[in-house]
Amino acid sequence: MSGIWVVLEERGGRMSRISWEAVAAAHQLASQANLPVSALLPGANTESLAAEVATKALAKVVRVEHAMLSPYTSDGFTIALHQFFEKEKPDYVVFPHTYQVRDYAPALAARLGQTLIGDVIAIEQGPAFTRQLMQGRLSGSYRHNGSGTCFVSVQSGAFRADTVAAGSASVETFTPNLDASQIRTKPGEPFRGSAQTVDLGSAQFIVSVGRGIKEAENMPLVQELAGALGAELAASRPICDAGWLPIERQVGSSGQTVAPRLYLAVGISGAIQHLVGMKGSQCVVAINKDPEAPIFEVADYGIVGDLFEVVPALTEALKAAKQ
Amino acid sequence: MKIIVAIKQVPERDAQVHIDSPKKWIEEGDLQWGLNESDAYALEEALQLKEKHGGEVVVLSAGPERIGSTIREALAKGADRAIHVDSDELGARDALGVARLLAAAIKPENPDLVLTGLQSDDLGYGQTGVILAELLSLPHASLILHVEKTDSGLNVKRELEEGWFQNIELPTPAVLTIQSGGSKLRYATLMGIKKAKTKEMKHISAAELGVDAKANVALDQISLPHKQKTTQILPGNAKEAAAALVEKLKFEVRVL
Repeated sequence: MSGIWVVLEERGGRMSRISWEAVAAAHQLASQANLPVSALLPGANTESLAAEVATKALAKVVRVEHAMLSPYTSDGFTIALHQFFEKEKPDYVVFPHTYQVRDYAPALAARLGQTLIGDVIAIEQGPAFTRQLMQGRLSGSYRHNGSGTCFVSVQSGAFRADTVAAGSASVETFTPNLDASQIRTKPGEPFRGSAQTVDLGSAQFIVSVGRGIKEAENMPLVQELAGALGAELAASRPICDAGWLPIERQVGSSGQTVAPRLYLAVGISGAIQHLVGMKGSQCVVAINKDPEAPIFEVADYGIVGDLFEVVPALTEALKAAKQ
Repeated sequence: MKIIVAIKQVPERDAQVHIDSPKKWIEEGDLQWGLNESDAYALEEALQLKEKHGGEVVVLSAGPERIGSTIREALAKGADRAIHVDSDELGARDALGVARLLAAAIKPENPDLVLTGLQSDDLGYGQTGVILAELLSLPHASLILHVEKTDSGLNVKRELEEGWFQNIELPTPAVLTIQSGGSKLRYATLMGIKKAKTKEMKHISAAELGVDAKANVALDQISLPHKQKTTQILPGNAKEAAAALVEKLKFEVRVL
């Protein structure tokens, strides 16, 4: 056994923030288990990234380096990391819970006879891993049975990247055996869904609408509220899927990440995928008929009530206040 | 094209859930159940592929007797037949354990394509499809919004983070996990509901499939989530609450 390994992910030529959060989670695990934390960097031409990673408090940085690891494919990553872990036999492997990790980590764990504990938001004594259930309404505490490697992925924003201390790690290279015939999928170049004309990321005020609005005909209700507040209008995924607002106004893991001074969530229950896109907001107000909706977990102010009554009343009150 | 769609019955989206007394799961007694959302999109994708290219759509689900109603719903929407893996102990299985069960049921069918929803609305593991691909030694792609059949296999549109997408080519047979929202869902017609009653529903038990329930990972206990913030709930009727909120935004948050 060889301690805790964090699998890092780059984005746009730099380490992604959530990768550092995964390192922070690994250190938290290490403090319980008294194990060294090392980092794995799968990809091609990762010298400069590895040098950046080596300035952090890590026992080792290993570049899993192969031309066939760029661009990402599930086959390439699963084969390469499987070879490394079979040799190294880690106690724990920690991933950032990204779309890419969701695409291969379950298969990688299964290849080693293991099951990934995915989308973890906290690590308690044991270790016990907390993840959300029922769309965030409940928390579940998970435990690994202790034999073999325990695979964990951590949710964006759940651990603090800035707690990772500086250090000086050695950099090594591992070259996996990969053959072109083993890569069965052919990925295309990433493209944007639509021309981005709205930058919600820089908006000061956002009114965001969810399923609770029920019908396209009800959308003017929230448009008027946004107008009265001088806010950009945004939405959770179902609203954009239905075509009631363009996808560029979608907030959440598949849309934009926002951090306005005020985020007013109307009829949004607060599924995890939405919360990761807005929980950095300075002030969150939620209007929802369900007092147990997870959106209230992250709200500073809440109104439990029928949005079809509350929103018009709020629009009037805001107009009056601004006169 | 022979397509297997693996679906799951989950509590209805707005259902009030209560933790059971051993704190291992929720009280199932008076819950309303329905088809998992992204599984509904997987089924829709399968039905559209069949309409374009011919073939057969087989629905597969594992669980106790109650899931029969959700399987019938899928048949009423247009699936040709169904396989129900009878199991009262799914809760004792982890994601790998459930996938093993489904894979054992899929293997003898030799499908051209296996579809599942991206993630379940209850446990939310989001792993079943990807593990199925591994267990069946098939290529896969996840978070798929559109599927197009090509001469050599499939061309699929995959969702990436932050508003990006990519197309992926892969050969068949393959496994895809389908993201919600890629197409418009159909309703079951009266004729469909009638026909569903006569469609084949095969029952297999977990024991017949020879897959034990050994788990690497156990759900020890469930609880209500820790509050991340203290929420001030503003009381009163709509007008009073709205007025109170404007006061707070003015004097506490100071954004007005």
